[in-house]
Amino acid sequence: MEANKVKELITAGLTVSHVEVADTTGTGDHFSAVVVSDDFKELSLVEQHQLVYKTLGNHLTNEIHALQLKTFSKSAWEKTNLED
Amino acid sequence: MEMKEQIINDIETNSIILYMKGTKEMPMCGFSNSVVQVLDHYGVEYKDVNVLTDPMIRVKLSEHSGWPTIPQLFVDGKLVGGADITMELHNKGELLDVLDITTED
Repeated sequence: MEANKVKELITAGLTVSHVEVADTTGTGDHFSAVVVSDDFKELSLVEQHQLVYKTLGNHLTNEIHALQLKTFSKSAWEKTNLED
Repeated sequence: MEMKEQIINDIETNSIILYMKGTKEMPMCGFSNSVVQVLDHYGVEYKDVNVLTDPMIRVKLSEHSGWPTIPQLFVDGKLVGGADITMELHNKGELLDVLDITTED
């Protein structure tokens, strides 16, 4: 699977304000993603990651063997970027 | 005991349990290894379960936890997360608090 397809699936399943997806090994099965969504507000990290996993359905574990995730609410993301 | 009952029982009776690829002595995946390294760094006792010994462990575990990938770290019967969340909590200095819940009693 291509990184862009992963990005599409996440974008389709979640109201996101920012998504970055990278193929970490160049083999189309290991990805890293940064996802910024206001749906994450008030959720635990586990619940935030579960929301992203849900958008990928069976693709995750079938074609996608690993997905490194960083999730942020919009305000947390803005704060992180200010610190950089 | 059925596999799923076994898993639920293990998660409830072990204050810290890590489902991983390989064993804590010999992790077979970089993500599992990173969680082992962090737990060892804090010197906490934990049970490790190697999901590679039987493919059904992973299937039944994910059904129970709603978490599709390995590793999965549980503390006091609750899913803490996979490698990313464990590392994030560690980097924020919050992981010891999560793990400490069990050492207080």
